Order: sequence, then C-alpha cells, then structure tokens
Amino acid sequence: MSTTTPDVIDHLAGIAPNSRLDTLRAQRPQARENAQKSYLALFEPAFPGGVSVAERYAIATFVAGLHRQPIVHDFYADGLTKLADRQLAEIVAAEILRGAITGPYGRYPAGPLSGEDREGPEYQVFVTHADLLGPRLATALEHAHLLVFRPRDADEAALQRLIDAGWSTTDIVTISQLIAFLSFQIRVVAGLRALASAARKDGAATSIFTGALATGAI
Amino acid sequence: MTHMTEKTLSHPDSREPVAFTQDELGWLPWLEPLASDELTERHWAGLVDPSRAKSPYFLLLARDPEVLEARTKTDKDIFYNTGSGLPRAERELAAAATSRLNGCIYCASVHARFATVHSKRGDDVQRLLDEGVEANIDRRWNAVIAASVALTKTPSAFDDEHIDELYAAGLDDLEIVDVINGAAFFNWANRLMLSLGEPTLPAKNS
Repeated sequence: MSTTTPDVIDHLAGIAPNSRLDTLRAQRPQARENAQKSYLALFEPAFPGGVSVAERYAIATFVAGLHRQPIVHDFYADGLTKLADRQLAEIVAAEILRGAITGPYGRYPAGPLSGEDREGPEYQVFVTHADLLGPRLATALEHAHLLVFRPRDADEAALQRLIDAGWSTTDIVTISQLIAFLSFQIRVVAGLRALASAARKDGAATSIFTGALATGAI
Repeated sequence: MTHMTEKTLSHPDSREPVAFTQDELGWLPWLEPLASDELTERHWAGLVDPSRAKSPYFLLLARDPEVLEARTKTDKDIFYNTGSGLPRAERELAAAATSRLNGCIYCASVHARFATVHSKRGDDVQRLLDEGVEANIDRRWNAVIAASVALTKTPSAFDDEHIDELYAAGLDDLEIVDVINGAAFFNWANRLMLSLGEPTLPAKNS
C-alpha cells in the first residue's frame, strides 16, 4: 500500500496546500487521514481477495458517473483505462448513460410510510453488455445502481444474485463498502467544492477590490 | 473457497418497523458475520473497539478489516471531535436528516436519538421523523437539514444557496465542513445498513 499517494479528496476538490479549505480540513485530521486510508484499502488493497483492482475501478467509474461528477468520474475512469481493455471502459460509459437518473427513490415497508413510496426504474445492464461483462461485473453494476439510487429497496434477493454470480460473502462486503464509500467521497468533494467556490466569491471580490485600490490600476 | 455453501440469511420471525422512530431497534444481517472465534489480529484492528465484536453489523464488515478500520476512524472524527466546530447535536441532526431522506429507519433511529440526547429537543427531532425533511423547525435546524438533504440527492443539489443559508443561520466555515462531513458520511452508512441486513423491533414490548 503506497504511503505517497496524494490525498485524493484534496486532489478531486482542488484543495491546494495552505489554502483556506486545507486549513479547514486539517481541523478534522483523523477524518481526513482515514478517508484516504479507506480509499487506499479499496483501490490499493494489501489483500485484494476476490475483487480485482480492475473490477473495483469499473464499479467506481460507474458509481461516479451515475453521480454526474465529471472530475471524480474521470479520476476513476482513467484508472480503469490503465487496468482494463478499452471495451470494458466503453461498456461502463454506455451503462452510465443508460442508468443515470435522480434519487433517492424506492419503497418503504407497507404501512404509514407507504405514501412516501417513490417508484422508479429497476435498472438492468443491457443484455449484450451483460454477456460481454460476464455475470460478476454485470450483477455488481446492477447492485451499485440499486445502492446509489434506491438503497431502501435493497433486499436479500439482491445479495443472492451477487452470490449466484460468483461473489463470496467477503467479496460482497468489499463491493458494498466500495459503493458506499464512493457515495461519501463524492459528496465530500461536491460539498467542499461548493464551499471553496462560495468562499472564493467573497474572498476574490475583496482581494480584487483592495488590489485595485492598492495599485491604483483599472 | 466454499462459494457453493454461501447463501443469504433469512429472518422470517423478525418484526419489521414500518415507521421512523427514536426507539431502540435491532439489526439482523443478511450475510453471515464472522464468528468471534474466527477473529485474527487483523480483524480486531478493524473493529477498533473490542466491544464492537458483539455487533453482527461490525462482525460482518470485519470481513474486510482494513476498510472497516479506516471507516470507523473517519466516523469517530466526524461525529466525536467536538472541541471546535458544529455542536454534536447538529452533526447528529445532519445524520438523521440524511437517513430520513434515504429511508434508513435503523440509522435514523440511532441518530435521531443522539440528536435528542445532545439537544434536549426531542419533539423537534420527532418532527423531522414524522413530517419528513420538509419539517419547518427553526432557521438553524432547517438550514442544516436542507443542506444535508441537498447533498444526499443524486446527483447532489448542494450549492451556494445552501451555503449562504448556513452562513445566515450563524454557521462558520468549520461548522459547514462538519455538516458536509456528517451528511456525506451517512450516505456511506445508510447504504451499508440498508443493503446488508434489516431493522427489527425488540423481541417483546410488553
């Protein structure tokens, strides 16, 4: 496991050393260090077990694409391109377009919450693509879509489909962590980017103003 | 590898909660957790607190101990590092609002309860559970809930307006980072809790 990999959230959120966002993140040092360790455990695993690194990048690219976060998507897509053949990357790209909708949706157990049920599609990988991906990756992408958009619809049957496709119980834990971690990482990046841009708006306005006054230019 | 014998676990006698609640619920795994006598040093490190070896949820996640260890330490800093930044009650509010939108009845029960303990505002917390994320509580709580909800949507709807409203409600930058972290982290937690097992009502109420 590399100890020199740059902090991926800082990289994806565009946080420069000694910037205001850098100083803010530094006040939650364990969260920052362990978000990075989570990333390393998932994408540079010391014990890859039954989930190959290429499979991890394929699922991550799909999850990031479904969130429509181009910077995060491109980061994992670049990793996938280095690890896998072009066809796999193209299939994942096509499935992102097929699967991208808005969430969360899904059903509650029958009862007082049923009025909040929100129906939506049950995504399945295009059959030709499923044949090319094989059952393991095809079911993993379908599971990723379930967890990204309608996590409250998840059930035992979804896990049984992963087992039937050849994933072990431990593999399923890793895949579930990967999808769920990405759901966290992507939102931290989106949140910090929004905060940086809101701050930059104020800060930039001030510095342009004072800069103009100081130089007498403009 | 004994894939042929692996299968999901069923709990036909479990009573499922059908509404959001601050009561204590149980959680039953759909996949086999590790047995206590299978735990190696790696697994104990992953559990972080030995007491977590009593939880089927953590014993299941211990199957990938490196990820579990890092996840647990991320969680603790986001919620318990309260020497500066957002008060614990409002971090728990962000977790509860996120869980309410995603529909994680189990996560919402735990973190609504913590929000109540730390704020002493159980009725307001209950309104989030009963009325949903549109509940009109007060400016500060509304801003925390709205920001958490916007960030939880896919794709994210979190933008300048949410940040402006958090500033207007009195939050500073570090407190806003705590809202972002709390809501983002529960998008991780909700997906594990919802997809690896089910909530259950206590065995007996009477």
